Amino acid sequence: MSGTDARVLTISPGSGSRASIATFGALVWSGFRRYATYRQATAAGAFTNIVFGFLRCYVLLAVAAGAPGGRPGGYDTEQLATFVWVGQGLLAVVGIWGWTDLSDRIRTGDVAADLLRPIPPVTAYLAADLGRGLHGLLTRFVPPVVAGAVFFGLREPERWQTVPLFALSIVFAVVGCFGCRYLVNATAYWLHDARGPLGFWTLASGVLAGLYFPLRLLPDWLTVTLWVSTPLPGLLQTPLDVLVERDGPAVQAGLVVLQAIWAMIILKAAQIVQRRAERKLMIQGG
Amino acid sequence: MANPYVVLLGAKLRSMASYRASFAMELITNAAGTVIDVATVFVLFGAATTIGEFSLAEALMMTGITSAGFVLADMTVGNIDDLKRYVRTGTLDAVLVRPLGVLPQLICMDLPIRKLMRLFVGISVLVAAVAMNDIDWTPARVLLLVISPVTAGVFFGSLFVIAGSFSFWWVESGEVGNGFTYGGRDFASYPITVYDGWFRTVFAYTLGFAFVAYQPALVILGRPDPLGLPAWAGYTAPLVALAAAAIAGLVWRTGVRRYRSTGS
Repeated sequence: MSGTDARVLTISPGSGSRASIATFGALVWSGFRRYATYRQATAAGAFTNIVFGFLRCYVLLAVAAGAPGGRPGGYDTEQLATFVWVGQGLLAVVGIWGWTDLSDRIRTGDVAADLLRPIPPVTAYLAADLGRGLHGLLTRFVPPVVAGAVFFGLREPERWQTVPLFALSIVFAVVGCFGCRYLVNATAYWLHDARGPLGFWTLASGVLAGLYFPLRLLPDWLTVTLWVSTPLPGLLQTPLDVLVERDGPAVQAGLVVLQAIWAMIILKAAQIVQRRAERKLMIQGG
Repeated sequence: MANPYVVLLGAKLRSMASYRASFAMELITNAAGTVIDVATVFVLFGAATTIGEFSLAEALMMTGITSAGFVLADMTVGNIDDLKRYVRTGTLDAVLVRPLGVLPQLICMDLPIRKLMRLFVGISVLVAAVAMNDIDWTPARVLLLVISPVTAGVFFGSLFVIAGSFSFWWVESGEVGNGFTYGGRDFASYPITVYDGWFRTVFAYTLGFAFVAYQPALVILGRPDPLGLPAWAGYTAPLVALAAAAIAGLVWRTGVRRYRSTGS
């Protein structure tokens, strides 16, 4: 079987862009519908997000009360509360944890079916993930934000451009996070079992995305290094800093540009890794 | 004849020994998880000199007791987190037909040696906290220091059992239990003066998380409670843990009796 590999030719590559947009849209919708069926899990998840919102918010407010000047990391108390509660809402939208679809399908060999489809796997999975994110935005995002507004009071943006920048930043966060998860899952092409890398990802992403504490609490040189050299702050810290207007307008926009660059790099890397995998792939029996 | 539990554990041990690389990686990520929890406390204290009127050294006493206790619970009954999956897939039926206790069998289905490193990290934090504080040692305080991680372990273990039992009534309970197990760990890792209002009342006193680490730590440190509980409250921690265990036993037995297979 020399000269053959698992790459699949795209059917009618010259077909119009309207058809591919329609296909992409259908995949987004299917991802949305899939998560819409887990209604009880959605409610359970929102409840847990709210519990952790209370925990983290109280701790950070106590930090502010004990910090010299009362502004840890340059945030006032209203900004900290907004950071925590909107962060709890974004957690399920960005979907840092719990996505093992690809590695499961590689392990069981089901991924062979994905390769037969006339759409590149990265594109198909990205579309489904955008649907998942959209579902998260409409369901999981709202309860923690409402809880935060009711019990702590949240900060409203002062600049007009903050809202569109925040919206853009959420999209880049979802795409960047998807790319990272795809890469972590794709290690299963080589390792057959991605549990080790997935465990490592769960740890690194939680702390370096700014979930456990705002990264601005770290020394400046470390914060800047993380921001420039890893995509992880782009998953939560960037959209949250944009929303609470932690920086001036120029830096605020610059953070989103940096986040966009990282999202594109990671997505491209996922495509390259996927093509590499297809070239060497031997589907496991079964 | 060999003890059936020993046989079950032996089988698990052999299966683990056949995936050494995976095991090593799990060992490391597990320990790193606890390191990150503790590092978070250091980062927060880097930004503030006191949190909830407690210094870093004092807070570490609470973090140490909590994390050692939590790992003890997680190592023994933490596997019950998977009960949802066992109920949904029907694995629990196979467990129920065997002539052995249900809870001990579930515990034997996972041998969490990979979590040993975490226990080491948790105990190290407690040792560091003891070294960093200037403690006026009495026999009673020494005794409290030694039993606190154990009572914290019993408390968290009871919580794991109660949270796991949710799935007898509500299979899709998903992450709700995590809010109380992992959430409870995060809650008890800090002085409860940090929290406020009804949230503090519910978590600290109604659910009892104040007695996991905060009250015993106050006794060991010789500090009066800023929230007004008397000093002997710290010594009631074992009683609170036993009460939690009794409730957990009741909930578990009611749940198992109520269990109807999903048929899958």
